[in-house]
Amino acid sequence: MGDHHHGPAKGLKRWLFATNHKDIGTMYLWFSFAMFILGGSFAMIIRAELFQPGMQLVDPAFFNQMTTMHGLVMVFGAIMPAFVGLANWMIPMMIGAPDMALPRMNNWSFWILPPAFLLLASTLFMEGGGPAFGWTFYAPLSTTYAPPSVTFFIFGVHILGLSSIMGSINIVATVWNLRAPGMTWMKMPLFVWTWFITAYLLIAVMPVLAGAVTMMLMDIHFGTSFFSAAGGGDPVLFQHVFWFFGHPEVYIIILPAFGVVSQIIPAFSRKPLFGYDSMVYATASIAFLSFIVWAHHMYTVGMPIAGELFFMYATMLIAVPTGVKVFNWITTMWRGAMTFETPMLFCIGFVVLFTIGGFTGLMLSIAPNDFQYHDSYFVVAHFHYVMVAGAVFSMTAAVYYWLPKWCGRMYNETMGKAHFWISFIGFNITFFPQHFVGLAGMPRRIPDYALQFTDFNMMSSIGAFIYGGSQILFLYNVIATIVAGKPVSDDKVWEGAEGLEWTVPTPAPFHTFSVPPQFKG
Amino acid sequence: MAGNDTAIYITVAKSATVVVAMFAFVFVVMVPLYDVLCEALGINGKTGGRYEAATIAVDESRKIKIQFIASNNDDMPWEFGPSVVSMEVHPGAVNSTVFLARNPMTDSMIAQAIPSVSPSRAAEYFHKTECFCFEQQPLDGGKTAEMPLQFIVDQDLPKDIGTITLSYTIFDVTDMLKKDAVASR
Amino acid sequence: MSSKAKWLKSLALGPVLAMLATAAGFAWADDSKVNQVNMPVGVTELGATIYDLHMLIFWICVVIGVLVFGVMFYSIWAHRKSRGVTPSQFHESTKVEIAWTVVPFFILLFMAVPATSTLIEIYDTSDADMDIVVTGYQWKWKYEYLQDDGQNVSYFSNLRTSQDEIYNAEAKGEHYLLEVDEAVVVPVNKKVRLLITANDVIHAWWVPELAVKKDAIPGFVNETWFKAEKEGIYRGQCAELCGKDHGFMPIVVRVVSEEEYSEWLGGKQKEAAEIAELMAQTFSLDELVARGEEVYNRNCLACHGAAGEGGVGTAIAASPIATGELDGHLDVGVNGVPGTAMQAFGGQLNDVDMAAVITFQRNAFGNNMGDMVQPVDVYNYKKGS
Repeated sequence: MGDHHHGPAKGLKRWLFATNHKDIGTMYLWFSFAMFILGGSFAMIIRAELFQPGMQLVDPAFFNQMTTMHGLVMVFGAIMPAFVGLANWMIPMMIGAPDMALPRMNNWSFWILPPAFLLLASTLFMEGGGPAFGWTFYAPLSTTYAPPSVTFFIFGVHILGLSSIMGSINIVATVWNLRAPGMTWMKMPLFVWTWFITAYLLIAVMPVLAGAVTMMLMDIHFGTSFFSAAGGGDPVLFQHVFWFFGHPEVYIIILPAFGVVSQIIPAFSRKPLFGYDSMVYATASIAFLSFIVWAHHMYTVGMPIAGELFFMYATMLIAVPTGVKVFNWITTMWRGAMTFETPMLFCIGFVVLFTIGGFTGLMLSIAPNDFQYHDSYFVVAHFHYVMVAGAVFSMTAAVYYWLPKWCGRMYNETMGKAHFWISFIGFNITFFPQHFVGLAGMPRRIPDYALQFTDFNMMSSIGAFIYGGSQILFLYNVIATIVAGKPVSDDKVWEGAEGLEWTVPTPAPFHTFSVPPQFKG
Repeated sequence: MAGNDTAIYITVAKSATVVVAMFAFVFVVMVPLYDVLCEALGINGKTGGRYEAATIAVDESRKIKIQFIASNNDDMPWEFGPSVVSMEVHPGAVNSTVFLARNPMTDSMIAQAIPSVSPSRAAEYFHKTECFCFEQQPLDGGKTAEMPLQFIVDQDLPKDIGTITLSYTIFDVTDMLKKDAVASR
Repeated sequence: MSSKAKWLKSLALGPVLAMLATAAGFAWADDSKVNQVNMPVGVTELGATIYDLHMLIFWICVVIGVLVFGVMFYSIWAHRKSRGVTPSQFHESTKVEIAWTVVPFFILLFMAVPATSTLIEIYDTSDADMDIVVTGYQWKWKYEYLQDDGQNVSYFSNLRTSQDEIYNAEAKGEHYLLEVDEAVVVPVNKKVRLLITANDVIHAWWVPELAVKKDAIPGFVNETWFKAEKEGIYRGQCAELCGKDHGFMPIVVRVVSEEEYSEWLGGKQKEAAEIAELMAQTFSLDELVARGEEVYNRNCLACHGAAGEGGVGTAIAASPIATGELDGHLDVGVNGVPGTAMQAFGGQLNDVDMAAVITFQRNAFGNNMGDMVQPVDVYNYKKGS
């Protein structure tokens, strides 16, 4: 498939006017890494302040801006764009398509992201400071009591919502229409399946987020009272709307991660994925359940008991399809012939830590117990186990797994393994003790704490610095690979790798599958 | 790829429709539905609007204690409180009381009182036939007002509820009305 | 131990100890709260029920975890390529898949039963012995004890920890950040119903040992209850992000014998009467300044600074308000400045304290006005303005 009418444009134009899915994917991945570092530095400020009791480095108002921005940047700037970047790179190559279905829209959906985050970051320097109401921005703290910069925050959220919606429509259109002949629905790679379902979740709930922030905007500037009791509204309504978006959002973050792990574990077990069909059904059921469990984030707002029970039972049910997934991965390993290269290590790390996060999730679903866990550090530990160990670990695994295909060079395995072990240990030192302080009574989002929590917080901070530092190693390894890694010539790269993406030359040429391949899976 | 174009646009059009529909869903379904559910289930102890009194028999055998509490929202300088802190009533009977308010400022102000009933499942059995919370309450600077409340406790009130607390939070809506007389939900 | 040595120790021992502690079923939890790793059992029957449920779910998770991870790590050890195994190619088994869908479902059913009954108990606020209205403010709590005779007792509860402790200018006390000027006092073995609301933004009232957490929502009232079975002092914090000083609005509940409670309540009522009496008195400048300084430190310092230099709020030192007309100063103190963080303190401070703090502000931080405000002036101002 060599000769093409044109290759990439030269210089800056190549990136500014990029329509090639690989170029756009690359930009998404670098952008998300930059955001990961930015959000990570906010986390370092938080952990440095919490290293000891007492206020040392920042004041409480700035601390709140840090926790808020850390959450926003990590969720909307790092994790989501990272998976969109991965989807851009891999979905066309996995389904045998020449490119994404809507290349020019693809360009737009990327290029509106950086301005959105510049806007968001610039609020930190505005009068009254940036958003300081948590990434969940509950009214009325985010409306009547918000700093003036909240208007820019709302505008930023609108733009990045638009970007996500465009990205998802593109993915949906690509998967529906551009699959290679022979690539039937139940033969699609799981990464494509999970992203396909994720894209629909995004299309369904990003407009809800847009609606929520629009209502905030109207309350702040146009005299409506959606969220203010004085005019007949209700601050609790905000929480319902937010979590109607917010809970599916959590699965938007984790489903593509499930897809990545379902690609990598079979490759390094040298054995097909166990229970492909049930994986697809489990993904779909998780997506469905995500719409009817939102109020488990709000057990303490004083819902009627019937509502409380309904959301508790629905939430507990999520354990079933999630359990199926974990059992399937482990059975995939069973009686395989495993090797433990870096991508596999990160996937095993994912399974272990995500399962722990799943257990604490089950504990949190029990409403009477949640009255004690809610808004404590136990929750912080829980969602970092599922989000960091879930999304970030699987994303890291994906980069190590596909990097040789992307750039035709092999990363340094020793450094990769070191990266894994340092992150794994650093991560656990950071977040495991947070379970303890949370249970013992430490609320989340506080800049200073009582003396009995000192040792565990200190430990947590040290772990965070280790985990944060290990990402420098990652960055170095990736750059060193791109610049001077050992060239790989084998199309397949990994012995056990399966799928269309491994049938194209290494490194993947600028244009792949200009002629659709015949898929015989 | 050309042959696919129509199919792609159809997919895009369908997805875009979902996007628009979900955005509209927030405003035309979620917000009103929430209000309906609040009243039906007494979420946040919200009570219904004016109750058209039907003639129902008074259940003399049962006594319900009604507690009144009042609070001021942020920045609301009025002195505001119930004239009696509690009363015992029979289900079905019409009861009245007054809340007292005083505007200590020099300028006239407008207040809105928001009711909330505890336990919240009692809310649907607590009917107000007349309440100062139905309207915004203007009051000139330095003036005092008696604000009337008339209510009936439904006979179907669950047997295990012996005490109902009625709370009013008073908000200063003077600025809100000044700023924008048009949009108020 | 030097702080450096201390964190080196936690670096080395932390994870090991943490894992051991978990494995030992949280055996660390003793009376000391330092490094407590588990939820407190609490001092209410309901708290104990919640604790038991928490441990039940925890142990079920541990058992499942051991099984799942056991299988996985055995597989990682036994089925690795370096042992020369050939990979099997099986990839489905309907029976197994149905089993691991159905079995978890039944485990969940087993969990749902006690969870439901506990929740029903939590929601049962009927037949309470007493009612307290709890109102969350940025950033303090107000408690109002409802009395049938109408003589409600009401007061604010502020953080007592000094700014010097927080900003490391002074050693931190034992109950750093968990101490207040006036605790909630309740009798032992009485069912206390809490009616929770908020004045500005959403707060949440949480005391782990009473197993109570409930959101305080402006405009609406939530209710919950507890019945403490052991006398003592129980501490908690605001659990819902409520702005700058979210971390600095603790809750302290003092559970006392019934006699002690009535004595305290009587004292409170008497105090209210005394305040009324004080209002009729005239104080000297020194008395007012001394009382005013205390009031200032509790209520004003967080925003206006220890030397009146300002911060969130404007500076008091050389401020045009504190060095201007008395009426203007009273207006700001009593009614606040709408649209800013300056609240109306007229309803929060009694007239004596209001008079004292205004006098203090006019005669401290280099402001040498020499004039003063008497409680009766505040009273008249409130009535007449």
